[in-house]
Amino acid sequence: MQGNLKLPIIVKRCAAVLLLVLMSAYAGASDGFINPAGPVAAALRDHLIFIVLVMMIVIVPLFIALPWTLWHYRIGNKKADYQPNWEFSWPLELLIWGLPVIIVGVLGWKLWEQTFELDPYKPLAATEPLLEVQAVSLDWKWVFIYPEQGIVSVNELMIVTGRPVRFRLTSGTVMQSFMIPRLGGQIYTMAGMVTQLNLMASEPGEFRGLNTQYNGMGFANQKFLARAVSQDEFDAWAASLRQSKPPLDQTAWAQLTKPSVLPAPQFFGSVADHFFAGVVAGFTGGGHHHLIKDGSEL
Amino acid sequence: MSAESSFSLLGNLGAQDISFVHAYENPVMSEFIAASAGGFMVVGAVIVIALLSYYRGWRSLWFDWLTSVDHKKVGIMYIVVAFVMLARAIIEAVLMRYHQSIAVNDPGILSPDHFGQLFSTHGSIMIFFVAMPFVSGMMNYIMPQQIGARDVSFPLLNAISLWLTAAGAALVMISLVVGQFSTGGWTAYPPYTSIEFSPGEGVDYWIWSISLTSIGSTLTGLNFATTIYKNRAPGMTLFRMPLFCWTTLCTSILMIFAMAPLTIATLMLALDRYAGFHFFTNDSGGNMMNYANLFWLFGHPEVYILILPAFGVFSEVISTFSGKVIYGYKSLVFATMSIAVLSFTVWLHHFFTMGQGANVNAVFGIATMLIGVPTGVKVYDWLLTMVRGRIRLSTAMLFSIMFLVTFVLGGLTGVILANPPVDFAVHNSLFLVAHFHNMVIPGVLFGMIAGYQFWFPKAFGFRLSERWGKASFWCWSIGFYLTFMPLYALGLMGAMRRTVEWFRPEYLGWLQVSFAGAMLLLSGFLLLAVQLIVSVRQREQRRVPAGDPWDGRSLEWSNSAPPPEYNFAVIPQVEARDAFSWMKEHKKAYLSPDNYEDITVPKNSMVAPVIGVAAIVFGFALVWHIWWLAIVSFTGIWGTVIARSFVTETERVIPASEVRADHEAWLARVREAPVTPREREDTSDNVGRAEVLA
Repeated sequence: MQGNLKLPIIVKRCAAVLLLVLMSAYAGASDGFINPAGPVAAALRDHLIFIVLVMMIVIVPLFIALPWTLWHYRIGNKKADYQPNWEFSWPLELLIWGLPVIIVGVLGWKLWEQTFELDPYKPLAATEPLLEVQAVSLDWKWVFIYPEQGIVSVNELMIVTGRPVRFRLTSGTVMQSFMIPRLGGQIYTMAGMVTQLNLMASEPGEFRGLNTQYNGMGFANQKFLARAVSQDEFDAWAASLRQSKPPLDQTAWAQLTKPSVLPAPQFFGSVADHFFAGVVAGFTGGGHHHLIKDGSEL
Repeated sequence: MSAESSFSLLGNLGAQDISFVHAYENPVMSEFIAASAGGFMVVGAVIVIALLSYYRGWRSLWFDWLTSVDHKKVGIMYIVVAFVMLARAIIEAVLMRYHQSIAVNDPGILSPDHFGQLFSTHGSIMIFFVAMPFVSGMMNYIMPQQIGARDVSFPLLNAISLWLTAAGAALVMISLVVGQFSTGGWTAYPPYTSIEFSPGEGVDYWIWSISLTSIGSTLTGLNFATTIYKNRAPGMTLFRMPLFCWTTLCTSILMIFAMAPLTIATLMLALDRYAGFHFFTNDSGGNMMNYANLFWLFGHPEVYILILPAFGVFSEVISTFSGKVIYGYKSLVFATMSIAVLSFTVWLHHFFTMGQGANVNAVFGIATMLIGVPTGVKVYDWLLTMVRGRIRLSTAMLFSIMFLVTFVLGGLTGVILANPPVDFAVHNSLFLVAHFHNMVIPGVLFGMIAGYQFWFPKAFGFRLSERWGKASFWCWSIGFYLTFMPLYALGLMGAMRRTVEWFRPEYLGWLQVSFAGAMLLLSGFLLLAVQLIVSVRQREQRRVPAGDPWDGRSLEWSNSAPPPEYNFAVIPQVEARDAFSWMKEHKKAYLSPDNYEDITVPKNSMVAPVIGVAAIVFGFALVWHIWWLAIVSFTGIWGTVIARSFVTETERVIPASEVRADHEAWLARVREAPVTPREREDTSDNVGRAEVLA
């Protein structure tokens, strides 16, 4: 039968194509966590590679044994052993249950360790002090509040290279998901609730940030630029905003919360204390302050 | 009708909601495409009606099919629904792939709203109106024959399940012409789908079509589990059942437990939208996290509801076309049961990114990887089934082999996604899209196509063309890799799902390759249609009246092709696993029974189609807030059920003499039929009588 000849080749080809795809994606990527610009993304990438390598223990034997089996036991090969009632073998059985159990054991152990290590809520170990940023997702824009500096930027995020950033996030509208692919993973933002994410840029640069959770017509345009700069540049930027930009008052906020795609980033030179907590409380029906896990006030 | 009037006869429905009117008023490309789709549906319906009238098919359609409660006909009708909906959902997929392949720094051809509707209908249709009916149809047709039963336990309920599913599908189709569909994706996450953020009829179409079909599937689960527990032939112990029956049993149990959370979640969402409740709203104490939990409490078992029956098909196909018993039968049964149980313990991995603690994520991540163990065992069991066999690469077998290769790669990416840290990076990305297509296309669709190729001669009495089948196979396989491997790469490069326009030029080449792959997948689908047409035209040379074209191993191959209404003239006595192989080896096949008895079969009933049509009207009325019609149709549904309970004569008797005459005539034909060696399986020599080697 003709098909017998074709199959092993196509199986090999598929494997080759797959490998090629992954390798060229890896080499050609200018974005994404496989081209990391910070410790979190780098750790995620390393963990991914580790899993792929371990999984090869199960996958490679199949990719070798399947074409061989199809070829050797083809109906045309009358010399091949034919045992129509062969249905069980204890050694093989132990192997096909045992090996996956061991591999899942290894991967599970690593998963447990890495899940705690890379918990988005866990502050990053670094010599520099934490930079606090509060993020509010709106339709279809991101609002970043810098509580220590008392300034606000919309659709542009300024962080300091080498300084860990702690994001506290909420939503002023539907659920969204905050992500800067080259710096690390994502976390959901939900109205009336606060989530956290810790990231750091280890090199200066401009990175794309976005919402990954579909939220309507402006979804594809809900993106922002994250810029990692030196501490001096950051301070100068913050000072210039405080001097030259208007405050984020009720009118400005009402304008922002209307669904729209902004043509350019916006900046505000001052913001009320506990503004972020107010956004959260706006959905929970009370003016009382919300405490989060570590006991600190929002 | 004035929009202000709250007591309008047509509810919220107005002329501008008809897609043609809408396109006339807004003559842009996207609207034109939407109106064309609506046009296709209307024209298609008109053509079907015209053909039925021309060939005087209405009587036959009504009496032989629509009112039938025979599990075989119900099964075939399920699969017809699946194929019709598959055509729409594939075209939608190609349209989205094309749009994305040109939408790099360019708005493309579809408006954001239209694109949102497309990915929502594509996902909802593929899961609920392609995969579910295909799986339900396959189980319907095969399982009772494999356990030696004459029908399912509750034949009328079975037909009602079909009609509820068809009603849901009809609502989705109606949304092409009247109004808009949801843009909330197949998961319909609130608060985006709440009335505040998604006013209009779109989400309501989703809610009612899904609610109807989810109730249908719950009933199917109850029906099939009961059938397997109560209707097995004498001697057919659980551990003698073919693996397809085991997987059907597991799927039925999953349906019973997993569909309820979905029905509840959609009804709660409906209460939010219609009655001002606050289950999932942003304010007043609502919390969308409850929806995510309910939805995925259904959603994850759902994956296995779909995949397990396909696993059953692969077990049958690989064993049959290797000419050998299945390797590790008990191992496969335990693996299937393990998967069924574990499938309820992993739902949280769909939202690792929702902000719960690391310990919760880690537990669910490990539970997810645990499913990889029984699944890996199955893959190697299938490989070992081929070892020491005599392998024939039929179309069904080719699909099964490509499944093994491809599914393992999907398993790899599944294990990757099970790791919460990595999931944080690829959640919501095209990597995820590639992963679930990598599970569902080989794992469900290839399984169903393999089953269709395998059992078609049983259902219709003639073999499908292997040449066209194999051509289709290559399109499906190569098309799959071309379409979805680039999406893995794009996901790693930070491309997110459901994106109507891209702003990164490096995506372009990948998206173009993916579109080319989608065209191949469409070709694969069209070649299946060609295969069917060619085979129907050549049916006289392809007939297999003796009923056993593949040297089959289980009981369904022991009767004629197509089988009689009552399946078995005499209920068989089962002596071993692979019951029919055992009969053939022990020269017990095709023997005349000592005596025949009268057979009672259920009478046709118009209850199911009446409920189905009333359900369509009910859903439509609710979508458009036409309250009087909703009350009328709801009363119609339950009125029909109550009226049915007064019908006392629900069965008819086929006299023993008639059964004897038919069966003896068939047996005589089989005994005269030439025996076919396996090498000549795909020739006109094969009339369905297999050569017995042992």
